[in-house]
Amino acid sequence: MTENGVMSRAKVLTIDTINPTVKKVEYAVRGPIVQRAVELERELSQGMKKPFAEVIKANIGDAHAMGQQPITFFRQVLALCSYPELLSDNTFPEDAKSRACRILQSCGGHSMGSYSASQGIDSVRKDVARYIERRDGGVPCDPDDIYLTTGASDGIVTMLKLLVSGEGATRTGVMISIPQYPLYSAALAELGAVQINYYLNEDKCWSMDIPELQRALDEAREYCNPRALCIINPGNPTGQVQSRECIEDVIRFAAKERLFLMADEVYQDNVYADGCQFHSFKKVLFEMGPEYSETVELASFHSTSKCYMGECGFRGGYMEIINMDNEVKAQLTKLVSVRLCPPVPGQALMDLVVNPPQPGEPSYDSFIKERTATLSALAEKAKLTEQVLNTVQGISCNPVQGAMYSFPRITIPEKAVKEATEQGQQPDMFYCMKMLEETGICLVPGSGFGQKDGTYHFRMTILPPTDKLKILLDKVKEFHQKFTQQYS
Amino acid sequence: MSVLQEISPNVKNIKQSEYEVLASRASQIEKELSQGVRKPYKELIDVCWCDPHSVGVKPLTFVRQVLAACVYPQLMKSHELPLDVRQRAQWLLGRCDGGSVGSYNAQPCIPEIIEKVSEFTTRRDGGVPSYPENIFISTGSQWAIMDILNVLVNSEASPKTGVLTPAPCHVTSMMSITALGAAAVPYYLTEEQGWTLQVEELQRALESAKGVCNPVALYVINPGNPAGLVQSRKSMQEVIRFASEKRLFLLADEVYQDFVYGENREFVSYKRVLAEMGPPYSDTVELVSFHSTSKGFMGECGMRGGYVELVNLDPAVQKHIFKLISKSSCTPVLAQMALDLMVNPPQPGDPSYPLYNQQTQHIKNMLAQNVKTTHEVLNSLPGVISQPVEGGAFVFPRVFLPPKAIQKAEEEGMQPDTFYCVRLLEETGVLCCPGSEFEQKEGTYHIRFCITASQDIVKEVLRHLTTFHTKFMKDFS
Repeated sequence: MTENGVMSRAKVLTIDTINPTVKKVEYAVRGPIVQRAVELERELSQGMKKPFAEVIKANIGDAHAMGQQPITFFRQVLALCSYPELLSDNTFPEDAKSRACRILQSCGGHSMGSYSASQGIDSVRKDVARYIERRDGGVPCDPDDIYLTTGASDGIVTMLKLLVSGEGATRTGVMISIPQYPLYSAALAELGAVQINYYLNEDKCWSMDIPELQRALDEAREYCNPRALCIINPGNPTGQVQSRECIEDVIRFAAKERLFLMADEVYQDNVYADGCQFHSFKKVLFEMGPEYSETVELASFHSTSKCYMGECGFRGGYMEIINMDNEVKAQLTKLVSVRLCPPVPGQALMDLVVNPPQPGEPSYDSFIKERTATLSALAEKAKLTEQVLNTVQGISCNPVQGAMYSFPRITIPEKAVKEATEQGQQPDMFYCMKMLEETGICLVPGSGFGQKDGTYHFRMTILPPTDKLKILLDKVKEFHQKFTQQYS
Repeated sequence: MSVLQEISPNVKNIKQSEYEVLASRASQIEKELSQGVRKPYKELIDVCWCDPHSVGVKPLTFVRQVLAACVYPQLMKSHELPLDVRQRAQWLLGRCDGGSVGSYNAQPCIPEIIEKVSEFTTRRDGGVPSYPENIFISTGSQWAIMDILNVLVNSEASPKTGVLTPAPCHVTSMMSITALGAAAVPYYLTEEQGWTLQVEELQRALESAKGVCNPVALYVINPGNPAGLVQSRKSMQEVIRFASEKRLFLLADEVYQDFVYGENREFVSYKRVLAEMGPPYSDTVELVSFHSTSKGFMGECGMRGGYVELVNLDPAVQKHIFKLISKSSCTPVLAQMALDLMVNPPQPGDPSYPLYNQQTQHIKNMLAQNVKTTHEVLNSLPGVISQPVEGGAFVFPRVFLPPKAIQKAEEEGMQPDTFYCVRLLEETGVLCCPGSEFEQKEGTYHIRFCITASQDIVKEVLRHLTTFHTKFMKDFS
C-alpha cells in the first residue's frame, strides 16, 4: 500500500506467472542475429555507412526473397481463383482456367474466402492421395489419411501436441536429429516434452547411425518415455539425402523399439548429388512387407514452401498419417478443428503442386522449363558452395546432397572462443555476428541447430542467384581468413 | 496395440462438437442426393457458421482485384484493373521480400501493414493512441486466442488455470481453453434482457471457481457470439473495473465489430473505453483485443488473417509473445494483405470507391433486412423466443421443446436441440447449430444460424424453419 492508500499494482501477467514452457522456447532461424540484420538494413536505408552495400539474408530458406521466380502456371490459376472475373480474360491459358474452375467448384460459394472442412478440401485431399500413389510407384494412399495443414510446421506441431503426455519419468520423449531444424526443439520446449538428441555422423556425410539412435534411446529411457522419432530427409540443416538402406534400418529400429515415426520430407524434390535419390518413408515401409507396413505408425510431411515452388508465404502443406489407430485419428481430427481450417489459397496451391500441367496441355512446356531451370540452378549452386567452401583453410563442407543449405564445419581459434565466452556468446554466434557486421552476410550459427560439443558450424542457404552466391562465397572465404588471422 | 494409444489428456478432454453429429449426417445426405435419392429438397443450406461467401454474399471486388494482382503481377501491366488497385498492389508487393507473396515475409510480418493497422485502430478509437510494437498479425482470431492463452495458461498448474467465459460462448474458444489444460468458468449472460452481461454474475462465477481453479483471465465477446448483444459503454466499464479489482487479464474478442444493428447501438472497442476511463485503469488493466479478416464486409474466412492488439502488458512478457509468434511464421502473406485492405479501404475520390461503397452498402442493407425478418418470423413461431439482435452474425432463438421431444432425444442419445437440428436437416436440408454446442443454461434449448447470408437464403431458411417447427411442435405435443 502506498501512502495515499492506492494499491501499487503488479501485472497479472509477469515473467513469473506466464506459462513456464514459453520461456524455454528459442528459435534460432529468426533469433538475435536476424534482428541485428534487420537493424543493419534499416541503418543502411537511412544512409549510414557500412563496409557493405546490402545485407544478404542467407539465413532463411526463403527462395522468393532471394530472387527465385514463382511458377507462372501456379500464379495464373491462383489469380483466377482470387478474381474469377479474369476467366473471361484471353491472356490466361485454357488449362489454367479449367484448373481454377475445378478448384472453385470445391469451395463454398465458389470462393476461396469460404471456410473449408478442417481436414482440408475433399477434392484436394483426393488429388494429394493420387500424387502420393504416383510418387510411390502405386503404393495405395487413402485420402482419409491426408490432412491439409498450414505449412508443414503446423502439421508437425499438431502431431506433437497430440502425442505428448505423461508426467515425470513417463513424460513423452521425442528423438530428434542433431543438428536439427529448430522448429522441433522449440515445439518440444513449448509442449514440455523431453527432447532426445541423436547425433548425425558428420564424417559419413551426416548419415544416421543406428548404434547412435540406440544409445540415445537407451539413455533416455532412464528418465522419460520415448515415443517418437523425427527424421528430416533430405536434411535440414545438413543437406544429406538418406540412402534406402538407412531408411530401412530406421524403420526396423522404430518397429523394434515401438516408436512413432515422423518423416519431414519437405525437400523431396531438392535432390542434387549424383547417386542420391529421394526415397519416401512410406514407399520403403510398404516395400518391406506386411510385418512392417501393417504395424509401423508413420506421419510424413510435405509443404509448398520448398522444392521448385518456394511458395513459403502461402502456408500450404499436408501430412499423411499411416497406420494410426482409428480412435487416435478421431482425436486428431477433433484437434485440427479448433483452428477451423488451413488457408484456402494454400490448399489450392497444394492442389496444383500435386496436379501440375500434363504433357499435351497448353502450359506444360513452360512449366517444365521453369521447374527444370529452378532445380538445376539449385543443383549448380549446391555444388559451387561445396567447392568454394572446401578451398578455405579452416572450413570443411560436406557435399550438399539435397535441401537448400550448406552446413560447413568451421575452425574457430582459441582466442576467439575465449573472447566469445567472456561476452557470454556461443563461439559460432560470435563468429557469425562479426561476419554480419563486417560483410552484411546473415547466417545462422551452428549452435542454433545443435552440434557435437567443441565443434562449430554455420548454416548458409544456397538460394541467392548464382552470380551473387559466388560473391557471397568469396566474401565468406575472405572473412574467415581475416578472422582466423585476427585471432591467431 | 498402437504406439499412439496414449495421447495428450488435454486433447482427449476437448469436448466433441455437437456439430459433428450434424456434419456426418449432412455428408450422408449429400451422398444420397448425388445418388439420386428423392428428398423434399435438392440441396443443403448450411447456415451454421458465419461464412458469408458460402451463403450468397459476394467477395468485395476491390479486395479480390488487389489480391489477384499481387498473386500474378502481370495483371498490373494492362489497364483493365482500376488505377487504385494497381497502385495498392504495387505498394503491397514492394513491401514483400523479393517482391513476391511467396516469401515468408515473417519478421514476424510486414511492418508497414502493422503501421496501417495501428493507424486504423487509432482512427476507430477516436484518437486513442495505438503503437505498432503492440500489434501482431495472426492467422485468424482462433489461432491468436490459442497463442495468447498458451502464454497465460500453465498446463502443469494445480489447481488449473481458469478463464471466465461467457455462456453462451462459441465453440472453438472453449476447445482452445481445454486443449491447453485450462478450465473454463462460465458466466451466464441474461437472456431475458437481451443477453446482457451483469457484473453480479461475473462475481458469482468467480466465487464458483474457488477451490476448483485459479482464474487469471476474463474473456468477453463483443459484439457477441452466439448471443447478439452489443455491450453498452457502461457495461464495458463495469467489466473493466471488475477485471481490475479481481486482477484478471482481459481478452476482448471483437471480430464482429462491423456488424452492429441496434437503433441506439454502436461498437466501442474495449481499448477505447479503457483509455477513456483514465488512470489507474487505463495504465494498469492488461488487455488483448482480437480482430479478423474473416468477418465484417470482407468475409474472407478462408484467408486466415487477423491481428491482436496488446495494451499494458509487461514488456518482458510481450517479448516472449513476440518470440512465440515469430516461431509460428504462419500467417499467409495474402492474409496480411487482406488485413491491409480491411483497415485501409478505398476512400471517396478513389476510382474503386463507388463500387466498394455500393457493395458494402448492399451488405449493410442485407443485414438490416435479415435482422428484421428473422426477428419477426422467429418470434411469430409458438414456443420460440428470439432476443433482438443488436450485433454480430447470428440469431440464437430459444426453443421451448415439448417434453415428448426431449424424451425422444434422450432415447436417441442426443441433446434435445441437437435432435431438433438433425430433424430439421433431414426434413428440410437446412443446417443450423444446436444451442447445446454453446454452453447454454442448463434446461434451455436454442438453435443458432447466421444472418450474414443473402436475403433469399435467409428467407428460404425461415420458410423451411416455419414449416418444420410447426409440424415438430404438433408431432411432439
